Amino acid sequence: MNKHRFALLLWSVVRGCLVLGICFMIIYPVIVKISTSFMGLSDLYDNSVLFIPRDFNIEGYRIAWRFMNYPKYLVNTVCLSLGVSILQAAACTLIGYGLARFNFPGSRLLFILVILALVVPPQMIMIPVFLNFRFFDFYGILKKPINLLGTYWPFIITAATGMGLKNGLFIYIIRQHFRSVPKDLEEAALVDGAGIFRTFYKIMLPSATSVLLIVFLFGFVWQWNDVYYSQLYLRDSGRLLSFGLESIRSSYSDFVRSYPYAYSLGERIGRAATGSEQEITIINNAGMVLFITPLLIMYAFLQKFFVESIERTGLVG
Amino acid sequence: MAGSRKFRLTLRRKRQFAGYIFCLPFILGVTLFFAVPIVQSVIFSLSELKITHEGFTLTYVGVQNYRHALFVDAQFVRILVESMSRILVNIPVVLIFAFFAANLLNQRFKGRTLARTVFFLPVILSSGVIVRLAQADLMHEVADTQLEAVGEAMLAGRVVIGFLLRMKLPMELITYIIDAISRMPDIIEAAAIPILVFLAGLQGIPSSLYEAASIEGATGWEFFWKVTFPLLSPLCMTNIVYIIVDSFTSVRNPVVTFIANAAWGGSGYGVSVAMVWIYFTVIFAILGLAFLIIGRRVVYIE
Repeated sequence: MNKHRFALLLWSVVRGCLVLGICFMIIYPVIVKISTSFMGLSDLYDNSVLFIPRDFNIEGYRIAWRFMNYPKYLVNTVCLSLGVSILQAAACTLIGYGLARFNFPGSRLLFILVILALVVPPQMIMIPVFLNFRFFDFYGILKKPINLLGTYWPFIITAATGMGLKNGLFIYIIRQHFRSVPKDLEEAALVDGAGIFRTFYKIMLPSATSVLLIVFLFGFVWQWNDVYYSQLYLRDSGRLLSFGLESIRSSYSDFVRSYPYAYSLGERIGRAATGSEQEITIINNAGMVLFITPLLIMYAFLQKFFVESIERTGLVG
Repeated sequence: MAGSRKFRLTLRRKRQFAGYIFCLPFILGVTLFFAVPIVQSVIFSLSELKITHEGFTLTYVGVQNYRHALFVDAQFVRILVESMSRILVNIPVVLIFAFFAANLLNQRFKGRTLARTVFFLPVILSSGVIVRLAQADLMHEVADTQLEAVGEAMLAGRVVIGFLLRMKLPMELITYIIDAISRMPDIIEAAAIPILVFLAGLQGIPSSLYEAASIEGATGWEFFWKVTFPLLSPLCMTNIVYIIVDSFTSVRNPVVTFIANAAWGGSGYGVSVAMVWIYFTVIFAILGLAFLIIGRRVVYIE
């Protein structure tokens, strides 16, 4: 008996060490980013500086804020991510339900296409899709092709048709969920006189809230972090945070080059703004922290729900 | 009788029709943005594309693009083989890690919710622009070496290695394990979603099985290998597919970057599409292989 308890104790110590170690490895890069973003130039190569900068300053943040166009781009990014994730959650729900609950000629083919769309690397269809939006004529219905590049329409259209970022995965998850709902429920509703769409709306949809939330969250995060499609659709006219973050380096060095004596900006980071690699490192890290902070805040609010409900999603099927 | 039969038929028709309605968005989307582009990309890979002011022109060149990708381009095949082997090496490590991490997170201990929150954090942090920038970062190198040190310390690196050497295991296996230890951060990152899938599976194991096993006198160890492990084996398949697809389409994959660069400059678009097709064939071959090897050993319990 005593031996047994000792073994349990030992195991819980080992487990604690493992969990703590892994958690540390995950959080460590974030800590490094945050600490670097507050550093002054002299701290960067100072070995005695561990996490807490000696020359603490927020100049990096001020510069990153300004060159990322933060408030404006933040609003754009939030709007786009929200719109896209809501639209694709709605579209994927309809599609997933259709594939899970109805047998019609071609339904198996459609499901195979869902999986294929997930597996095919986006590079394969990059240029055809690009050309499709450059000369968009919707099956030749529009007489004169219109150029949708540089607008948000490509995001809206692909999200509404379930062809957005990793939407195949969402359709798959939702389909698995709806397949696990007992058939009797549907039949009972039918007997009570509810039509197909009413059954869907009143009975099936409420059962799927936790799945929908997962899909919505993943959609939001992936759209927020996306650079691939944003660059394809928007090219240079993107006013999103990801663009702002990526172009900090070039826009800051341009600025420094054209106003070499702009002391007020780089003053506290170094003696003068030189656009050096070290300065940019600090600014970039500040930019990255600014970029992920909204996501982290959202995750902090929703994590309990997220972590708990993920187990009930029927992700397993 | 005839009446009821007619009714049933119309009901079926009605349901078929409703099915089409529900799937209509996808039917539109998949033809516009998937099926047609796929066909176009086959055509493009067999021809030379020039973009002009009014649109684009195509000239048929046959398999020349493929030949260029495979035999003329100095780097493509090397990069392809390298990243292929890296991914093949990674799959088992990520899978095993995710499996044990999920089991760890499924146990009851203080701070479990917090630990889970942290374990899923890479889902948010490890995609797109952050990864790209972090790679170019000065402090990245420093952070990486320190993390590797942590990884080794955690698995008591030296002790483990010494132990393995004394066990007289084949040298290849030892280097593989050492290599895996030094890549811990990447592995943890890649494992976030597989952990989630396994965790969901663990929650799905009915508690009656635990009770039955404990009445029969099974220890925790036996239960783990005889019940948990086989029950989770179908999920291994799901996870392998996810890991393969994720690593093949991620921005960090050197082949993807190489192909994208080839498209916008360099060898021209036709060649780059040919490269993607070669790449895709390899992915499919690997997926098929995974299904063949593992698919047979999977246990399904209804």
